[in-house]
Amino acid sequence: MSESLIFDKSVPGRKGYSLPDLDVPEVPVAELMPADYLRKDPPLLPELSEVDVVRHFTNLSRDNYGIDQGFYPLGSCTMKYNPKVNEDVARYAGFAALHPLQPAEQTQGALQLLYQLEAALREITGMDRVTLQPAAGAQGELVGMLMIRAYHRSNGNPCRKVIVPDSAHGTNPATATLAGYQVQVVHSNADGLVDLEDLKHLVDPDTAALMLTNPNTLGLFERDILKIAELLHSAGALLYLDGANLNALLGLCRPGDMGFDVVHSNLHKTFTTPHGGGGPGAGALGVKSFLAPFLPVPVVEKTEKGYVLDIRRPQSIGKVQAYYGNFGNLVRAYTYIRRMGAIGFRKVSTNAILNANYIRKRLELVYPVPYNRFCMHEFVASAKKFRDKDVHAWDIAKRLIDYGIYPPTVNFPMIVEEALMIEPTETEPKENLDRFCEAMLSIAKEIEEDPARVRNAPHTKSVARLDEVRAVKQMDLRWRPA
Amino acid sequence: MEYIPNTKEEQQQMLKVIGAETIEDLLGDIPSEIRLTRGLQLPPPLSEPELKTEMLRLSERNADLLHHASFLGAGAYDHHIPSVVGHLASRSEFYTSYTPYQAEMSQGLLQTIYEFQTMIAELTGMEVANASLYDGGSALAEAAMMAVKVTKRNTILISSTIHPSYRAVLKTYLSGANARIIELPSENGATDLVAVGKRLSEDVACVLIQTPNFLGCLEPVEGLAQEVHRYAALLGVAADPISLGLLRSPGEAGADIVVGEGQGLGCGLNFGGPYLGFFATRKEYVRQMPGRVVGATVDTKGRRGYCLTLQTREQHIKRERATSNICTNEALAALSATIYLSIMGRQGLREIGRLCLQKAHYLKHRLCEIKGFEMAYQRPFFKEFVVKSPVSPSRINKKLFKQKIIGGLDLGTMDRRLKNHWLVCVTEKRTKEEMDQLVTAVKEITT
Repeated sequence: MSESLIFDKSVPGRKGYSLPDLDVPEVPVAELMPADYLRKDPPLLPELSEVDVVRHFTNLSRDNYGIDQGFYPLGSCTMKYNPKVNEDVARYAGFAALHPLQPAEQTQGALQLLYQLEAALREITGMDRVTLQPAAGAQGELVGMLMIRAYHRSNGNPCRKVIVPDSAHGTNPATATLAGYQVQVVHSNADGLVDLEDLKHLVDPDTAALMLTNPNTLGLFERDILKIAELLHSAGALLYLDGANLNALLGLCRPGDMGFDVVHSNLHKTFTTPHGGGGPGAGALGVKSFLAPFLPVPVVEKTEKGYVLDIRRPQSIGKVQAYYGNFGNLVRAYTYIRRMGAIGFRKVSTNAILNANYIRKRLELVYPVPYNRFCMHEFVASAKKFRDKDVHAWDIAKRLIDYGIYPPTVNFPMIVEEALMIEPTETEPKENLDRFCEAMLSIAKEIEEDPARVRNAPHTKSVARLDEVRAVKQMDLRWRPA
Repeated sequence: MEYIPNTKEEQQQMLKVIGAETIEDLLGDIPSEIRLTRGLQLPPPLSEPELKTEMLRLSERNADLLHHASFLGAGAYDHHIPSVVGHLASRSEFYTSYTPYQAEMSQGLLQTIYEFQTMIAELTGMEVANASLYDGGSALAEAAMMAVKVTKRNTILISSTIHPSYRAVLKTYLSGANARIIELPSENGATDLVAVGKRLSEDVACVLIQTPNFLGCLEPVEGLAQEVHRYAALLGVAADPISLGLLRSPGEAGADIVVGEGQGLGCGLNFGGPYLGFFATRKEYVRQMPGRVVGATVDTKGRRGYCLTLQTREQHIKRERATSNICTNEALAALSATIYLSIMGRQGLREIGRLCLQKAHYLKHRLCEIKGFEMAYQRPFFKEFVVKSPVSPSRINKKLFKQKIIGGLDLGTMDRRLKNHWLVCVTEKRTKEEMDQLVTAVKEITT
């Protein structure tokens, strides 16, 4: 059953807000504001009582699916459980009701939290400094690439190109372009890893950096990482880690020890801040010390007088956020880190790897895994063999919805045809992994017996398969009054 | 307990299926040279009760606005957040969900985004809005980048009355682009129209302004729009959405892109984030627009539904040719804003506007009665204004803080030319009693 739009529920004169009466002498508006600055027609916001609003959004929430309801094996997205204590702590008044421009002596607790979170992330990633300013992974990438550019320029070296693997996230090439670079693609080899020979051909003095994801988007560890780092560094280029898959490495190894110069970490993936239906995230960015002068301002420092925001950094790339980043999420991430400690993180990564290999093993005979070996925290299977039944990865995803499971990432990475990218995370119990595997095996059987049932899925939601082509052609992006 | 449910026995069962003896067997691809042979140097783990005590203590080292009356604004505003906003946005079906790529499993969230887009378009007076950007600063930068793409020109005229952090963010964002950024001078607290006229040319992609601007003054949007359009450039306006129940929309005044910071719409101050960037424009530019967009469509049975649309603009499809690199946005903050605007409704938003306007003018009147205080600019303002003070505003603020009042921003700490200029903000939450207390304290220190 679908919920009508909130605008269609509006009743003129209905009121849900509660505001105090004006307690100062009222001056006619005309004396305060020239008429041509005033709005003549009020915006068409709905008029509703509080209970109308509560029911509208409660009912809409029931037609949505979060990790609290069940399994979410969305590859590369690390949909792990979000601890409730994080939410409680983020709502403490001292964190939630704090203005970013209050003087430092009024915000010492917040600055201390930022300082200690930076220290923890430095240790976890093996980097020398970390900025917490980026609001998301893609903004972290932008900061990282602009810092790399500033570094090369400070050496009088205007490199023009950035290399990304063919298996890279789309944000990598988009960010490199935004930072003013030309993008070159390095191919994957037969093992699904960076092709070293191809990389050797591409790297030259004009190369600013390689943006790499490790483990890569196939869930495989780049075994040649030290050779890759050496190849880049000997040409004067830098190595950037897209840390989307950091969950696989916690406590096992550190990007800083592998030769990465710059690393972003999606705190909303590895460090359990909720995805919020698409955001907000937080994209902490770590760098080696030679890049520290280029960090965005401000940087939190500890002095004799307490914690301060340092803005006097002449080589800084500037600012990417009006204030200091998505602080509310930084509080959540820090709370999680304090809950886990060193031993906890090792359990996180190893259990994430165990769960992924378990599913891989249970599915591999029915859903071939093109690069099939022990994987890290995720793996990519292919639904290519079902093409002869005119069933695609996308259809399998839609059919999984009927089994009450959020589908894996599909059709990515692009080097696997009909890709199904599966990441269970460490927070999923074995019985849910089994339920997922059985659902996948059951769908494979359905494809043999009744492919149309899969092709036309889902059958159990408030809507059936949506016409996404029509959404583009007959663009309808907002409500208008009848 | 690290939020890991599987027991040792279950782990053993799984290893058996995999055909491995220990978890260690699965890690062979990690070269031994880079394996961490020591434990991470992190503080020891805390149990939940210990954790809550420790974090509460840390939070109490901050002076929160629950216990202080704040007159500090400058881009982040202490507006009332109705109780329903927090409760509904805490529905975990919303906040623990991912980006709604699988539309049929995400109809609830998709519909709220469609409603958000409608509300932002309505408030700003534009035709279309996106699903959100990070914050006001990056939204302004994205507006400039879109204008460069739309006009195929590369000069950006940006008013010096825009929030200094937004200008800084814009410069960072565009530092990789082949763009020329020119700051426009101000005159009496608003963009200098004569200077705009002089600098406009066929190379200008856009003129960017903010209204109310950083100094609280309203900008003459309509006059600017006419000038800008004469050169077929675009006018980008950063607006305060709280003001738009009362004040004329930038769209109606001729803006081509309207962006801004939506934090005031039901999102907490959170020491600067997460906040809510919004972005609205004309329909003709929708394919150059950054960020996610939700559209209505129908299912195979003809029933209405919602899905992400126009995705061929975005990085996961277009890669290096995408309109922006943004992926994760501020969906949950957009949901809070949608709930907020639903509960406020058209009358409530207007009423908040009335309260801000009247109270801010009351305080301005009372302050300017004090010897040595005068308004820095003679312009219409909404909820924020700049007064010139005979003494350092930081000194005044220190005294106010002892009375549990957080004073306005001392602009002299940011710009030496603005020594003894005090940016004071009054939201609907401030009472006459608090304002009178502030005035009394100021009198004591200056006389």
